[in-house]
Amino acid sequence: MTYIGTSISRVDGPAKVTGAAKYAGDTAASDLAYGAVVTSTIAKGRIATIDTGAALRIAGVLDVLTHENRPRMARRTAAYKDFVAPEQGSPFRPLYDDKILFSGQPIALVLAEEWEIARFAATLVRVEYEAEPFATDLQVERERAAAIEQPLKSRGDADKAYGDAAVRHEAEYFIPIEHHNPIELYVSTVLWDGDGKLTVHDKTQGVQNVRDYLCGVFSIKPDKLRVMSPFMGGGFGSGLRPQYEAPLAVLGAQALERSVRLVLTRQQMFALCYRPATIERLALGAQSGGTLESVSHEAIAVTSQYEDFFRNDSGWSGLLYKSANAKYGHRLAHVDLPTPSDMRAPGAATGVYGLECAMDELAVALKLDPIELRLRCYSDRDQHDDVPYTSKKLRECYRQGAAAFGWDRRNPEQRSMRDGSELVGWGMASGVWDAWQVDTAARIVLTANGHAEVASACSDIGTGTHTIMAQVAADLLGLPLEAVTVRLGDSTLPKAPVEGGSWLAASVSHAIAKTADEIRKELWQLAKAMPNSPLAASHLEDIALVDGRIIDKKGNGGGVPITDAMRHGRRDRLECETTNSFAEDKKHARNTHSAIFAEVKVDEELGVIRVTRVVNAVAAGRILNTKTARSQIMGAVVGGIGMALHEETLIDHTLGRMMNSNIAEYHVPVNADIHDIEVIFVDEPDEIINPLGIKGLGEIGIVGVAAAIANAIYHATGKRVRDLPITLDKLLP
Amino acid sequence: MINFQYARATDLADALRQIAAEPGAKFIAGGTNLIDLMKEDVERPPRLIDISRLPLREVEQTRHGGLLIGALVPNSDLAYHPLIERHYPLLASAILAGASAQLRNMASTGGNLLQRTRCYYFYDTATPCNKRTPGSGCAARYGVNRIHAILGTSDACIATHPSDMCVALAALDAQVHVAGPSGGRTLTFADLHRLPGTTPERDTNLAADEIITAVELPERGFAANYSYLKIRDRLSYAFALVSVAAALELEHGTIKEARLALGGVAHKPWRNVSAEAAMRGEPANRATFARAADAILRDAKGFAHNAFKIELARRAILRALSQAAAGTPQSQSVKKIR
Repeated sequence: MTYIGTSISRVDGPAKVTGAAKYAGDTAASDLAYGAVVTSTIAKGRIATIDTGAALRIAGVLDVLTHENRPRMARRTAAYKDFVAPEQGSPFRPLYDDKILFSGQPIALVLAEEWEIARFAATLVRVEYEAEPFATDLQVERERAAAIEQPLKSRGDADKAYGDAAVRHEAEYFIPIEHHNPIELYVSTVLWDGDGKLTVHDKTQGVQNVRDYLCGVFSIKPDKLRVMSPFMGGGFGSGLRPQYEAPLAVLGAQALERSVRLVLTRQQMFALCYRPATIERLALGAQSGGTLESVSHEAIAVTSQYEDFFRNDSGWSGLLYKSANAKYGHRLAHVDLPTPSDMRAPGAATGVYGLECAMDELAVALKLDPIELRLRCYSDRDQHDDVPYTSKKLRECYRQGAAAFGWDRRNPEQRSMRDGSELVGWGMASGVWDAWQVDTAARIVLTANGHAEVASACSDIGTGTHTIMAQVAADLLGLPLEAVTVRLGDSTLPKAPVEGGSWLAASVSHAIAKTADEIRKELWQLAKAMPNSPLAASHLEDIALVDGRIIDKKGNGGGVPITDAMRHGRRDRLECETTNSFAEDKKHARNTHSAIFAEVKVDEELGVIRVTRVVNAVAAGRILNTKTARSQIMGAVVGGIGMALHEETLIDHTLGRMMNSNIAEYHVPVNADIHDIEVIFVDEPDEIINPLGIKGLGEIGIVGVAAAIANAIYHATGKRVRDLPITLDKLLP
Repeated sequence: MINFQYARATDLADALRQIAAEPGAKFIAGGTNLIDLMKEDVERPPRLIDISRLPLREVEQTRHGGLLIGALVPNSDLAYHPLIERHYPLLASAILAGASAQLRNMASTGGNLLQRTRCYYFYDTATPCNKRTPGSGCAARYGVNRIHAILGTSDACIATHPSDMCVALAALDAQVHVAGPSGGRTLTFADLHRLPGTTPERDTNLAADEIITAVELPERGFAANYSYLKIRDRLSYAFALVSVAAALELEHGTIKEARLALGGVAHKPWRNVSAEAAMRGEPANRATFARAADAILRDAKGFAHNAFKIELARRAILRALSQAAAGTPQSQSVKKIR
C-alpha cells in the first residue's frame, strides 16, 4: 500500500482554501429568489392569526408562505420519516398547521427578490397566538419521565450485589443541552429546472436521505429531484436528518416556480436540534480489591413532545468493565422543545462521562490509581453477548497514553501538585464507541489514459472522506493519487448511508475495494488477451495492480501497463459499481477504544481553569490517513474541552426559550483555551472485522474527554463538580 | 433588519445637522455593535449617518500633560499607541482584554463608550425587556441572569455595560468631549453612563443630537502600578463576568493614590471613591485591599444565578490590587493569571 496508512494532505484542501469549493449557499443561479424564515415566540399553543399584509406590501416581496397558503404537503406521518427519524413519534412538519410545538418554530417563509428585503419583511409578519402551558426543564420533568424499553438485557442481580459490595459509589452526573454549532449555516439552494425537476443544494450529511424525504413530503418522483452536498462546513450530527431549510426552500420554489435560496440564521439553527440534556445516575459496587461486583446506570434525558429520541447512554457501563451484575435504564422526559439529535458520539459522550467520573470516584474510595482500577476491571469479552472483540487494544491505550503523559509522576493526593499560584490536576478516563459498517455502494470509472473516477453518494462533512476515498482507490487500482478523482455528495451517485456513527470510512473503503477488485479482474482478462502476454499463464489470485501496471506477483517481469491492456482490448473505459457486503458475524464485538489523560491548572482563588495538556491514545483498527485522523481526534478533544468547561444552552423556563442562541454567548473553546493536544494511534491490527481492518474515528475522540478533565479538576482542587459545564463559579466556595 | 437610509457626514457640523433632522437616526463609525443590533431588529434606525471619515483620528498631548483621543481612533490603534503604552498601560491592557483583534480594528473610541448591553433578553425581540421596549418588563430579573449586574440594579433592569475599555477610562478619571447643536460640553466619565433606574432605555446622559468628539485623559497614568484583570467563562473572546481596573501610586509601600473600577457588575463601569479613599495613606497589603473590596461591594446584591459574582469580584479585586502593588500587571496575551 502506497497511500493507505500514510499522512496525506486533503485532496480537496486547495479547493477549500482558494474558495473553489462551492458549498450549498454558494450555488449560483439566474433568477434566484431569497427566503427568510419567521419563527414562533411562544413554546406551545397555536397560531390564532397570522397577518402577512405589511410584509407583502414591501417592494420586492414575492410571497409569504404560512400554514394557510403553502403548497401541498403529504398528510401521512410515514412520508416525513427520514432514515434517521426516531421509531416512535411523528416528525416535525414545517408550515404544516397552526400548532406551535416549540419556541423558534418556523411559522412563515418570506420570499423576495433580495435576501435583505426578505429579512426586513420577515420582521413585519404579525402573529397572534393562543398560548398553552409548557414545560422545558428536565430537573422538573424528571419525575414524569417514562421508561423506555432497553434493547440491552441486564445481567445478574445488580441491586443485591450493590448492597453486598464492600465499597460503593452512587451519584448523578448532569450534561446540559449542547448545540453542534457548525460554522456553516444551514442553507438550501433549490434550482427550479423546469418540467417539475428540482436540484437541491442542501447542507446535509446525507443527500439520499434528504432526497427520499423531499420526494415523500412533496410526492415527487426520485428521478425528478437531485440533492447535492459535495462540501459541508461542519455537521457533528446536526445534518443527519433533513432540516427544515430544505422542505421550506422547496415549498418556496414550488410557490414561485423559480429557484430559491434559504439561509437560516445562527439563532434559528438553535431550534433545529441539539444534544439532549441528560442526567446520568450511576451506582458502582466493588470488592475492596478493586473488582466490580455491580454496575447500575440509568439515564434520564429530554426529548420533544412529538418524537422519542434516545441513544445508548447506559449500556457502555456494562460493556467497558467486567462485572457479573449489571443493570441499565433509560427514561425520557417529554418537553416543549424540538427533538434532540445525534451529536458527536451520541449516548457515549454523555453516558461515558457519567461512568468515567464514577469510576474515578470509586478509585478514590478504593485508594487505587484510576488506571489500576480500570485494569483490574478489564474485560476481554463483550459482556452483553459474551463474545470476544475483533480486536481490543485498550490496555495498550492505557500504557502508551500514560507513558506519553508521564502519569507515573502523579501524586495521588488531591491538591498536592502546584505550579506557582495554580493547582495542578491530572485525570484520566477511558473511551469506547462502536465500529459499525453498513451497506454502501461505489462506482469506479477507469479510462484508458490511466485516470480513475471513484464515486459514491456519501458525504464529506469535513473529516477527509474525499481524501481517504482517493487513497483507497489509488492503492487498490495501482494508480498515483493524482490520477484519481472523487465524486460524492450527489444523490444520483451509487447508494450510500448518511455520514454518521463513525461507519463511513470502513463502509465506503470496502465498497471501493470490492469495486476495484472487479476492475482488477477485467484488466487481467484484457492483459491476458494481449499478444505474447506475459500474464497468459497467470492466475487471478496472483494478480495485483501496482504502479499503473497489471502484475503477476508470482511471475517474473513487470507485467503489463494498465493503459496498454485497455488500448489493446479497445476499451476506452472500464466502469464497475458494486455494493460492499460485510459477513454477518455474531461471534465478535466490534468497538473502538481510547484512554484520555488531561492536565488542568486551576487558579485556586479565582477558579479559572486551564486545560494545559491532553493525551488521547486511540485504538481504532487501521488508520487510513494519519494526518486527517489526527486532525479529527484533535478536533474531538477540543469538543470535549468545550463540553467539560464551556458548552451549555441556557433555557429560560418561564419563556420556554433558548436564550444564548448565538456563538458569542454559547461558548465553545477559543484558541486561548487550547494548549497541547497529543494524539496517539495504538497499533491495532484487525483481520476479523473487515478485509482492510478499518474501524472509523468520528466519535471516539470525544468520548471520555470531559470525564478526564472533570477528574483532573477534582485531583487539582479536591472539589467534585458533577454538573457540566464546570464553570469557575462552581469551584468558588 | 430595517430598510434604512445611509448618508455620509462631510464634517462635524454636517453630522450634527443630519442627526437633528431625523429623529431616530444613528451615527455609525465601526458598526461592530450597531450592525449586530440592527440584524437582530433591536435597533431600527431609519437613517445611518456615517461619521467614519470625520477628522477625529488623532491622539494629541494636551496643555495639562494629558492626552486627547479622537473619537474615531480605532481601539487597536489606541491600545498600541506609544503614548498610551508608555503612560496609560492600564488603558492599553483593558482594550486588549476585550473582543477580538478583528473587532478592535473596526471599533472606534467613541463607539466603544456607546456599546450596548449583551443581556440575552435585550437582544431577543421575542422577550420582554425594558431597555429595548420600555414598559415591557425585565425578563432577566427572574430568568437566566448569570451574566447580569450585582450593583446599581433597579426593578426595571439588571443589565451590565459590556466594555472593558470604559472600566479603565473610569479608573483613570477620563473626560468625554461632546458636541451638540448649541456647542460643546465636557462630561466626567462617571457622568457619561447612567444607572438603569426607571429609564433603562437610556444608557448615557448624551442627548440624541449630541456626538462624542474626543476622550481626554488627565496627566496621571499610574504606569508603574496597575493591572486590568478580566475574569470570564473562557480565556479569550468573552464578556467579563467580573473585571477589575486597579491603579496605585505608592510611596515606600504606602498608597498615595488609588483607583479601583469594576466591569461586568453594573449598568456602568463601577467606581466608588470612598473605596479608593479608604486605601489612601494605608499600606499596600491584602488587608487594605480587602477593606477596599468590602467598601466597593457593600451594596452588592445577587440574583438567582449571579450571586457568585460578589465573592468573585472580591477575590478579583484582591488579586488585581496585589498585581498592581507588585508591579506585575495581568498580561492580556499570556492568559495565565499571575
